[in-house]
Amino acid sequence: MKRKRLTLTQQRSLTGYLFTLPFIIGFILFFLAPFVQSVVFSLNHLRIVTGGYELIYNNWENYKHALFVDTNFLPTFTQTLLNMLLDVPAIVFFSFFAALLLNQKFKGRLLARSIFFLPVILSSGVIAGLEASDYMANMMRETANVATSFLSGPALTEFLMQMKIPRELLMYVVNVVDRIPEIIRASGIQILIFLAGLQSISPSLYEAARVEGASGWQTFWLITIPVLSPTILANVVYSIIDSFLAPTNDLVNYIRSTAFGGAGFGIGTAMGVMYFAAVAVILAIVVGIISRYVVYQD
Amino acid sequence: MAIIARERRLALKHKLGNFLFSVFRTVLILGIAYIILYPVLSKLSSSFMSRRDLIDQTVKYIPKRPTLDNYRFAMEVMNFGKTFTNSLVLSVVVATLQLVSSTVVGYGLARFRFKGRNLVMAAAIFTLIVPPQMMMVPLYLNWRFFNMYGLIPGQGFNLLNSPWPFILTALTGTGLRNGLFILVMRQFFAGMPSSLEEAAYVDGAGPLRTFVQIMLPSAVPSMVVVFLFGFVWQWNDSFLTTLYLDSNFLPVALSNITTRLAQYFGKTDPQYFSLITNAGSMLMIAPLLAMYALLQRYFVESIERTGLVG
Repeated sequence: MKRKRLTLTQQRSLTGYLFTLPFIIGFILFFLAPFVQSVVFSLNHLRIVTGGYELIYNNWENYKHALFVDTNFLPTFTQTLLNMLLDVPAIVFFSFFAALLLNQKFKGRLLARSIFFLPVILSSGVIAGLEASDYMANMMRETANVATSFLSGPALTEFLMQMKIPRELLMYVVNVVDRIPEIIRASGIQILIFLAGLQSISPSLYEAARVEGASGWQTFWLITIPVLSPTILANVVYSIIDSFLAPTNDLVNYIRSTAFGGAGFGIGTAMGVMYFAAVAVILAIVVGIISRYVVYQD
Repeated sequence: MAIIARERRLALKHKLGNFLFSVFRTVLILGIAYIILYPVLSKLSSSFMSRRDLIDQTVKYIPKRPTLDNYRFAMEVMNFGKTFTNSLVLSVVVATLQLVSSTVVGYGLARFRFKGRNLVMAAAIFTLIVPPQMMMVPLYLNWRFFNMYGLIPGQGFNLLNSPWPFILTALTGTGLRNGLFILVMRQFFAGMPSSLEEAAYVDGAGPLRTFVQIMLPSAVPSMVVVFLFGFVWQWNDSFLTTLYLDSNFLPVALSNITTRLAQYFGKTDPQYFSLITNAGSMLMIAPLLAMYALLQRYFVESIERTGLVG
């Protein structure tokens, strides 16, 4: 028996396939197939028959229904996407800022870090959902809100308006300030990612800058920001993804109740496909814009 | 003399600036910590309040007549023994399998060059950006009439109401947010110096042995992070568990608690029920808090080694 011996490169590449094989199989069977199926389902009327289901092509009827007949879908759809677009910048800014703080040396840093990451554990949809309808929580929120509502107070808003700050920007800021607690609680992982990025910056870069006489401000803009730019991109993408995985996402809940609540699998799936398409377009645009400014070190 | 005085003044200014900044930082951190901890602490305190504390105007945060009744009712209504065990077993199994699959796949992606490697990477990212809700109908039907897309003849098996959908997807790295874990492990392995591995190869170890004996021990912090996230997300998930299994899991039990309480007491009492709901929430997050307390040092101290860098 003579076995053909593989070259080292071939061996390495074969091992690579072996290691990644579980995912390749799983991706095809449990992801790609259902993904293609949902696109097919969204174009058909789906009926459960004994021992399976059958599909009847119905010429974009599901999409037409979702867009023109269903009065709730479109408003929920635009509102959800709008909320996402508003929240993501706020989350990225906040988590960047928080990571800068937590990266400094001070007493109690470990404790502060574990508190800042706590929302990763606690941001469960169930608890957030209960909170919204909870009597005690609402009562207590009234008192807690005093702490954060100073900026949204009418007097201050009026004052800032007079300072000729563009109205849209101002309304955005006021809106964000109102939602500070939600934004902080949605930032756990992003802080973690930024902190990891900050710690991976080689100290020699900062030393060199100091020798050259750069100020802290210059160091920040010319070293920290460029080196972190891939991390910023990763965090923007993660925040977008995270917002549609959140169980508090209204659109997702609406799609679900449509699919399993009588209106039909086909219509629910059509809504899901449209949602995915919208998210994909947003991601493509955002990544396209940001990656122009991203600097890769090597 | 004048020069020394100026230097001193500058040093003083510098010191003052630093001091002011650290005051500012402390206030800011305390404020943020307050916003994060407030809901947890308020839940904790009200979960011990008795019915009389609700009426008592002097009781605001600290219960005057603490009671465990809320916990007793919450446990009974949520069928705690059963739902807790179910959630615990499922989360441990899923997190473990996801950890195994994402470590192996992440290593394969980081360390071997093969045709289509970038495609596999892209696939992992792709699984992340598709909302699972979009595919929920096909997923449901595929598990209901599971025949491996025609590979198994016949009508297929009904794998709903069994843990198989979770086991199979976790094992193949396609479970809940599994793509993220693959990327995390890949980033970590890609950042390891290759000299260690080369030394192992020179000593005659195969790829598998090198992976298990050389690479895995240093990957422990990243693996802990992946396990923790996998556990937490499975624990909190009510979407897939209700889709594939039943409602005997903690998040579902908790989200139905108000309706169940109304049945149990035969009336509605939003104020009092909210105390019991808070007790139920505490029951659900207590294991997560305990786990976090045990494991947090892994990702608080050694984030730079976890491979989370984009």
